[in-house]
Amino acid sequence: MPLPYYVSPEQMMQDKAEYARKGIAKGKSIIAVEYQGGVLIAAENPSASLNKISEIYDRIAFAGVGKYGEFERLRKEGIRYADLKGYAYGREDVTAKSLANAYSQVIGNIFSMEIKPLEVEILVLEVSQGEAGNEMYRISFDGSIADEKNYATIGGQAEELKLFLRDKFKAGLSLPDALRLATGALEAAASQKVKAENLEVGVLERARGVRKFRRIPLAELRPLMEGEGDGAR
Amino acid sequence: MDTRPTWQDAGSSFFDLVRQQEPALLPQLTAEGVEPREGLPPVPAGTTVLALRYRDGVLIAGDRQATEGYQVASRRIEKVYAADEHSAIAIAGAAGPCIDMARLFQTELAHYEKLEGVSLSLEGKANKLAQMIRGNLPLAMQGLVVIPLFAGYDRSRDEGRIYKYDVAGGRYDETEYYAIGSGGKDARSSMKKLYRPDLTEPEAVRVALEALVDAADEDRGTGGPDFIRRIFPTLKLVTRAGIQEVPEERVAAECEAILNARRALPQG
Repeated sequence: MPLPYYVSPEQMMQDKAEYARKGIAKGKSIIAVEYQGGVLIAAENPSASLNKISEIYDRIAFAGVGKYGEFERLRKEGIRYADLKGYAYGREDVTAKSLANAYSQVIGNIFSMEIKPLEVEILVLEVSQGEAGNEMYRISFDGSIADEKNYATIGGQAEELKLFLRDKFKAGLSLPDALRLATGALEAAASQKVKAENLEVGVLERARGVRKFRRIPLAELRPLMEGEGDGAR
Repeated sequence: MDTRPTWQDAGSSFFDLVRQQEPALLPQLTAEGVEPREGLPPVPAGTTVLALRYRDGVLIAGDRQATEGYQVASRRIEKVYAADEHSAIAIAGAAGPCIDMARLFQTELAHYEKLEGVSLSLEGKANKLAQMIRGNLPLAMQGLVVIPLFAGYDRSRDEGRIYKYDVAGGRYDETEYYAIGSGGKDARSSMKKLYRPDLTEPEAVRVALEALVDAADEDRGTGGPDFIRRIFPTLKLVTRAGIQEVPEERVAAECEAILNARRALPQG
């Protein structure tokens, strides 16, 4: 019987990480920005039906980049996890923190156990109910989890976007201002104009009823993007 | 969270998900070792809920009283629930399983919508509810009957629709109005005389309340408007624009008007 090849764990992890990074770098990026009334999430996405941003539970939203099939599966599992928990206990017991931890475990396990790691990076976002701040968690392909403040970015150009936002972000933005900040960052990173048709935008609006997530349809997006920063909404 | 690589899609139904992963959260689905009661399961006692179609959609309403035998168990229980933005469910039967079923159904619809990105059709919702009632049959055989009335706005047909059910999960379309519960028959008789197609919204509210007042008059298990404690029936309107509750002040004023009209005719 031939002996299996020996590969050092360091080498194996490095190779997997490189593979995953390459896969993610191919895709477009996503930005989440806090604004006065909640959290805005913007993704460059030419498809109108294959969404990258989605509702998970009352106050929680999800965004994923990388391989569509892989983050879509994570999204669905997240909804199942959240709905089961909310049904077994209470609606306010479903938190972004526990969901992000569950994601971190799953993605981390797949990274170390499976031959092919997941080529995804995801955001789990929660809009705060009252005084406490919003929560933003970024989970990478290896399961590492980071707690972000004010803004969060994922995808191939996450670092460039982050640099842009570090200079431009101000607390207490209005919704149109936050949207323009996000599109500005995407445009700077891609060095070209972003069209409204190629943009997928969702918001977690604190003022909404039980389910805070809402997609911003194209008809509403255009005037928001074009209007001047008067904070009309 | 399922992490296995040989992961099979669990589907888009929350009911099925709970059944597979957390069956303890559902009522016991087998009646093994339990003798079924003699004869047919009893009709739910102590409730009147009704639905009726009108010009803009459908109205669904219910009284507020829960009974334990000959005692009042609660005076302000809620029997009409918004299932989602375009449908509502009103329930007659054993209070515990009823409330659970309404909550499960609400989660089911939201769960599907989130996973699939679109809402179920009204027909789809009605069928799913039928499956859930069928799942409750063993409990029903032991006396814990749950029978809902389901009403919603069918956006593909542009009209309100009403579905009634039997204890075995049979599903029936109702074209104009229907009422269930111990006072259901009285409410139906009342609506039979007052209902006509193409009612306006104020007329529909009036007809529904007349029927509930009649049911409370004839049936001891149904609570009428309570002016001392300010407890009134709950009414929801489901239209193309979505679901909305009729404000309590309006219900109170309407009940007052109905009772005043009856004072002039004490024989009803």
